[in-house]
Amino acid sequence: MNMNYTAEELAFRDEVRAFLDEKLPADIAAKVKGFRRLSKEDHQRWQKILSTQGWYATHWPEEYGGVKWTPVQKHIWDEESCRYGVPRSIPFGVNMVAPVIIKFGNEEQKQTYLPRILSGEDWWCQGYSEPGAGSDLASLKTRAVRDGDHYIVNGQKTWTTLGQYANMIFCLVRTNTEVKNQEGISFLLIDMNTPGITVRPIITLDGEHEVNEVFFEDVKVPVENLVGEEDKGWTYAKYLLTYERTGLAGIGISKAALSHLKELASRRLKNGRPLIEDPSFSQRIAKVEIDLTAAAISNLRIIASVEGGGVPGAESSMLKVKGTEIRQAINDLARRAIGPYALPFLEEEMDMDYEGEFLSDKDAAPLSAQYFNNRKLSIFGGSNEIQKNIVSKMILGL
Amino acid sequence: MDFRLNEEQQMLQDTVARLVRGEYSFEKRLAFSETELGFSADFWKQLSELGLTAVPFSEELGGFGGGGVELQSVMTELGRGLCLEPYLQSIILGGGLIGQAGNDSQKDVWLSGIASGELKAAVGLQEPQSFYDLNNVETRAEKSGEGFVLNGRKAVVIGGHCADLIVVSARTSGDTHDADGISLFALSPDTAGVERRTYPTIDGAKGCDITLNNVQVGADALLGEQGKAADVIDYQAGRAIAALCAEAVGVMEMANELTLDYLKQRKQFGVPIGRFQVLQHRMVDMMSELEQARSMAILSASVADSEQSDERRRVLAAAKNVIGRAGQFISEAGIQSHGGIGMTWEYNFAHYAKRLIAINHQLGDDDFHLERYAALLKAS
Repeated sequence: MNMNYTAEELAFRDEVRAFLDEKLPADIAAKVKGFRRLSKEDHQRWQKILSTQGWYATHWPEEYGGVKWTPVQKHIWDEESCRYGVPRSIPFGVNMVAPVIIKFGNEEQKQTYLPRILSGEDWWCQGYSEPGAGSDLASLKTRAVRDGDHYIVNGQKTWTTLGQYANMIFCLVRTNTEVKNQEGISFLLIDMNTPGITVRPIITLDGEHEVNEVFFEDVKVPVENLVGEEDKGWTYAKYLLTYERTGLAGIGISKAALSHLKELASRRLKNGRPLIEDPSFSQRIAKVEIDLTAAAISNLRIIASVEGGGVPGAESSMLKVKGTEIRQAINDLARRAIGPYALPFLEEEMDMDYEGEFLSDKDAAPLSAQYFNNRKLSIFGGSNEIQKNIVSKMILGL
Repeated sequence: MDFRLNEEQQMLQDTVARLVRGEYSFEKRLAFSETELGFSADFWKQLSELGLTAVPFSEELGGFGGGGVELQSVMTELGRGLCLEPYLQSIILGGGLIGQAGNDSQKDVWLSGIASGELKAAVGLQEPQSFYDLNNVETRAEKSGEGFVLNGRKAVVIGGHCADLIVVSARTSGDTHDADGISLFALSPDTAGVERRTYPTIDGAKGCDITLNNVQVGADALLGEQGKAADVIDYQAGRAIAALCAEAVGVMEMANELTLDYLKQRKQFGVPIGRFQVLQHRMVDMMSELEQARSMAILSASVADSEQSDERRRVLAAAKNVIGRAGQFISEAGIQSHGGIGMTWEYNFAHYAKRLIAINHQLGDDDFHLERYAALLKAS
């Protein structure tokens, strides 16, 4: 039993810290730490810095411009980047479609798309969910019909995160209706500027525009944009989902959010004393901190097992459930910490450039919105109910 | 033992229900919320014309002296429609404070306007540092000539943006936490030195923070005995808590109806998702929480107008605690059962969820009332 980093790992952590100290733009870090909205430009600026450092593609082989980090190194990066306020990476290109292209794509696709992901030239979004296909993803209905050198695509995708910024979308489409649901699906890469594609915003309950509906009406997609074989898309889709699920537990994010909460609770007053000294509130914080400690160790156990050559399985599903519950509990407490000031919806104060006087605490404005927005954590990436089904089937054999 | 409403109470509730159904569709509510007023002046007028704004007032004011149960009937239906009108702020709290503390001439001047809906009152009892404790008052009122000069800040005054009259607490003596020394003042927002910062709230309503900067008011602005307002505030906040509980029950009823409909209608894996046991059990929990909340709303309505006592305080604290917890559970469980669609602005469920969370931040959340209850706990 040894729970300490090796000397090499400690050296790597120092390297990460030195890089973040020097290169992470202060304005971006301030937005992330204060739960402020990031612009497309913010994401792109940071992506360029990471790319230049060679630390953008941590899941890719080196021959395509990736960096070979061990699971522990990835974990160190995750911890440090959350602590420093690094923007969450937009995973659709670098961590989702790229691994699929690398494993199942042809040489031309690799040459075309991978460099454009690294350079930030392409912004990808994900065309998986449909109005009738959420947890039951394989029931998707968007049709692609072969017509000479093209597929003609008709249908609708939904919950497309940041689709308003994207110029490329990877889609699961139905190419065969004669077979079982999972067997007639193909994986298509589609240029968002193709005629017939319409993106319509979905405004979420916190007033945010993060997700979209994407409509396809007789959209002509060249056949060379098919990844792998026709009708075999479900295999690639599942491969991609294993990448989606790693990191969904958000342990690093929770640690940062918890320290933000403790700072907030030290500034807010109850009965003239800092809220963090209030017996009942401090116990609530203590409980979530204890849960987070346990989840962090569980996370390390999975990482150590992968480091030792194991494959992360249904344990990540268990951790996704725990981790998202913990993040939601922290958001709940942050909202509670501002008492009556949870009510005002101050969009102007959510903007980092706001120069007026703050109504209450400088960090109060986004907290209720954040609480509501993060109800999504237990819904997306495979709802927590679906994760429990996976655990029940894969681990318990029920 | 009979928990049914009597005939008049049932008629009252049906009247409000019909009005809300007819005038307060989800789409209309979104539009009302976006106006500068933040609610429907027309709906407010209709409430007034049907005598509903006068319910708790005397016959001379057009009412029938309605108590906790009558207000419960009204508030539950307003909750079902997520109505944005200042019924709680103006009729129940504003009218209640003036009715209990005001002298005859103050009641003459203000109550008939409040009861008819023509005069909208709002109530500023909280402050930036007060964290739900209504005895935590730093705003000062100093004697000046015949009247007073007020300085301080009142926090999150719902409905304050459009109020014609604002009732605020201010300290005429004592220290920040003393119950003794708190006084009530009624003033026009147009008085020199009154500054309002208006904002929308997370649940689609509107409110403001009010800064009082050397605000000179006459002696006739003082409501009730100088320095002795804490008991009046405690009592009227109790009536408002009972009303909020009733409103929350209406919101939860709708939240549960919407969720149940969705479980029956939404299909995944070839069956309605309501066929999955995990969702069935959660729906059952949502229903149980609603029934616990309903019971406490009934209990709180039954003590809302009784004489003040520790028992009344205990019941109201217990009710608000249960409502806070049940509201958050139903809000979160309902969103989860809906999946993504429960997170969108365009679909009504999220707005019910937001109102339930907002109610927990009005007049004390479940933690606050748990402590309050614990402090009043009987030894045996």
